[in-house]
Amino acid sequence: MEIYFKEEHEIFRKTIQSFIEKEILPLVDEAEEKEKFPVELFPKMGSQGFLCIRVPKTYGGRDGDKIMECIAIEELTKGSSGITSAFTTHGGLATDPILRFGSEDQKQRYLVPAVKGEKIGAFGLTEPDAGSDAASLRATAEKRLGGYLINGTKTFITNGPICHYVIVAAYTDVTKKGSGINLFIVDRENPGFSVVKKLTKLGHRSTETGELSFDDCWVPKEQMIGDQEGGGFNQIEYTLRSGRISTGARCIGLARSILEESMYYVRNAKKQGRMVGRSQSVRFSLAEMAMYLDVMKAITYRCAWLYDCGKVTMKDAAIVKLFCTETLCKMAYDGLRLQGGEAYLNSNLMQRLLRDSRLHRIPEGTSEIQHLLIFNELGI
Amino acid sequence: MDFTLTKEQQDIINAAKEFARKEFPDRAQEFDRDETFDFEIWKKACNLGFVGLNIKEEYGGQGLGIFEHCLVTEEFWAVDAGIGTAIISTAFGSELLSLYGTEEHKRKYLPPLVSGKSIMGTAITEPDAGSDVTQAVTTAVRDKDEYVINGSKIFITNGDKADFLVVFCRTEPDNPNKYNRYSFIIVETNRKGFEANKLRGKLGIRASDTAEVSFSDVRVPISNLIGKEGEGFKELMMFFDLTRLIVCAEAVGIARAALEEAINYTKKRCQFGQPIASFQVTQFKIAEMATLIQAAKNLYYEAAWKVDHGMVDPKLIAMAKWFSGEAAVRCADEALQMHGGYGYLDEYKVQRIYRDAKVVEIYEGTKEVEKIIVARAYLPKY
Ligand SMILES: Cc1cc2nc3c(=O)[nH]c(=O)nc-3n(C[C@H](O)[C@H](O)[C@H](O)COP(=O)(O)OP(=O)(O)OC[C@H]3O[C@@H](n4cnc5c(N)ncnc54)[C@H](O)[C@@H]3O)c2cc1C
Ligand SMILES: Cc1cc2nc3c(=O)[nH]c(=O)nc-3n(C[C@H](O)[C@H](O)[C@H](O)COP(=O)(O)OP(=O)(O)OC[C@H]3O[C@@H](n4cnc5c(N)ncnc54)[C@H](O)[C@@H]3O)c2cc1C
Repeated sequence: MEIYFKEEHEIFRKTIQSFIEKEILPLVDEAEEKEKFPVELFPKMGSQGFLCIRVPKTYGGRDGDKIMECIAIEELTKGSSGITSAFTTHGGLATDPILRFGSEDQKQRYLVPAVKGEKIGAFGLTEPDAGSDAASLRATAEKRLGGYLINGTKTFITNGPICHYVIVAAYTDVTKKGSGINLFIVDRENPGFSVVKKLTKLGHRSTETGELSFDDCWVPKEQMIGDQEGGGFNQIEYTLRSGRISTGARCIGLARSILEESMYYVRNAKKQGRMVGRSQSVRFSLAEMAMYLDVMKAITYRCAWLYDCGKVTMKDAAIVKLFCTETLCKMAYDGLRLQGGEAYLNSNLMQRLLRDSRLHRIPEGTSEIQHLLIFNELGI
Repeated sequence: MDFTLTKEQQDIINAAKEFARKEFPDRAQEFDRDETFDFEIWKKACNLGFVGLNIKEEYGGQGLGIFEHCLVTEEFWAVDAGIGTAIISTAFGSELLSLYGTEEHKRKYLPPLVSGKSIMGTAITEPDAGSDVTQAVTTAVRDKDEYVINGSKIFITNGDKADFLVVFCRTEPDNPNKYNRYSFIIVETNRKGFEANKLRGKLGIRASDTAEVSFSDVRVPISNLIGKEGEGFKELMMFFDLTRLIVCAEAVGIARAALEEAINYTKKRCQFGQPIASFQVTQFKIAEMATLIQAAKNLYYEAAWKVDHGMVDPKLIAMAKWFSGEAAVRCADEALQMHGGYGYLDEYKVQRIYRDAKVVEIYEGTKEVEKIIVARAYLPKY
């Protein structure tokens, strides 16, 4: 791994680790239990430059690279996967399209405050009937009075209930499947915008996920990302490609926790002379966990490096997401079993790690969709 | 070989299915969220004869086999695992009384279990004694015509609801053979020195209570001893042979529930202009799930049939237990995946199935413990 990490990366890792320990860890249990995100963390993260790692200095950012972003995500997830969901979405899906395709004005109005943590962003693509097949989304943006009238429902939106703005995908031209989509920035204050409900989830309970409704939600044309109608789908793909690499980093964070917890448990069991500490099958499980973690790190950071070199393909990113999320679940299952009845209790960290790990095979393209993406680039 | 069920068995299945479908679905989510249960449902189940149906007729039961007990369990779990456990587990341990109890024990304790007037539990596991029960240190010391019990037990189903527990105690700590040190003793929960603490926040089967219990100088008459002193371990192994079969039935039941959810959902849900059931990947997953379920079912059917015909086969039971547990976990996982993001939501039943399913790989012998038993049958010298 060392080949990908420069000194600045190592220093950064230490800096963010101590921040997490001091500012985030004390909040985790309560946030998980109450299913409430501690929003005060946003400005705190922002003031340290931890939020949107890759934003250039001109917009108040840190001008870091994808590797640095992955380090941040890995360490944050190691602290709390639930809380990290909010930051990953904010620093990725909810700001990337503005950073890459937005106007100068949008960058000033949204990116700058997002970097500082003064504005919280969300990204609304998925709809009740359009998940894997995102191009079949039904939200529309009709040209009206020098702007657009947005109508539609978005669901599973990370940060939806706490966001200040959401980047929403809608059809400007319904006759052009896929290519007729655009991204718009909608402010929370917009009278047509509302949070329909907050969703109760298996894991990542400290992030707030919601269903959002856009009901005759008018926005001036300056809220469209990019200056032409159409082309939003490419912007989404660009954003997701980066997001899938970030998912690799999230899996590494969780995998580290799982291995650590399992080792701790087995080490103790060994001291107490219990069978778990001596059994060969348990040792094999631990060896496998260590192997998976190593491979996860290798492919994720390699892919981040490719990203920084401008050479990454969707296949690379999909391989990272598919491999890391699937092996992470295997680790979580073994980790849970290893602890016998104890891990079946809520007070046990392993139980949370399992519930959190299970998520990643679903969003930003399910495992099945990653298979399709990889195959598509094989050129058959 | 004839796998046809008798008319009576088929009737039992139908009745259990009908009862579960009528009583469980409306309440399942509530019990799961609040970690509660409505014991009226248990009473109804008792009235219909679903509890302790393998208890002999002279003690109020129906005198049926472990197989019939499994059939009811499977149907209950195919609708909801939490409620299924909450009901069935009220007689968890009655097998010990039936097999080794005195006539007086049976007359006193068994009939109320069947008629819905009493709840029991079995306490074996301790903080430092799970898979390896010979590490258990709860002691029962004889003092004239009483046993004085001290120690604590963990993960005890119905620990705080039961009227009495059957407790695995060390009665002969000095016996050189660690397998001859234990005995089962009945402890009424209103005895002085008994305490129970409900464990909250289980991953699944949350309608069923699980507790930590402690005994501090709890005194019971020596007539509360089940079977012979020092034979507790042997009795426990026999007991597990029966209860593991019940867990197999739970596993098959919940795997069926997962399959059912998956089939219903993938037929309805469309992406890319077609039902997701039309994708080959989905079809193969369904095929694999159905195969696993059938294989698990055949394994436990055979194992249970043998028990009821006097040919207890611990190796076969262990095979059925680990295999069905793994099948259940795998089916639940796949079913959740087929639900996409919805599978991750509390509102969807598949999410509960996913959480509930994990327990079948843990209790009554973990997957590893079962494999140890199977392996020993093939490699006895190691
Ligand atoms: C906690 C959470 C947070 C999320 N955050 C966001 C967010 O911030 N913004 C956002 O826009 N979305 C978000 N999502 C939504 C997520 O991206 C979608 O859930 C995901 O894309 C899957 O879509 P779906 O749920 O509609 O599943 P479906 O697309 O309905 O898929 C159901 C099943 O069918 C399979 N399937 C579908 N098509 C095929 C095919 N062609 N071949 C084989 N199998 C197929 C899938 O793999 C899956 O197993 C989030 C989801 C969750 C659970
Ligand atoms: C919901 C629930 C209800 C329960 N109800 C009851 C009840 O009513 N009464 C009761 O007495 N108990 C009950 N239990 C306890 C249950 O039976 C134990 O949790 C189980 O036996 C495992 O013991 P343990 O938790 O101590 O795990 P451990 O024995 O510590 O095992 C931990 C891990 O090590 C593995 N392992 C252990 N030994 C070996 C070995 N030699 N080789 C390889 N791997 C090994 C195990 O497979 C497991 O993966 C319940 C548990 C739960 C979760």
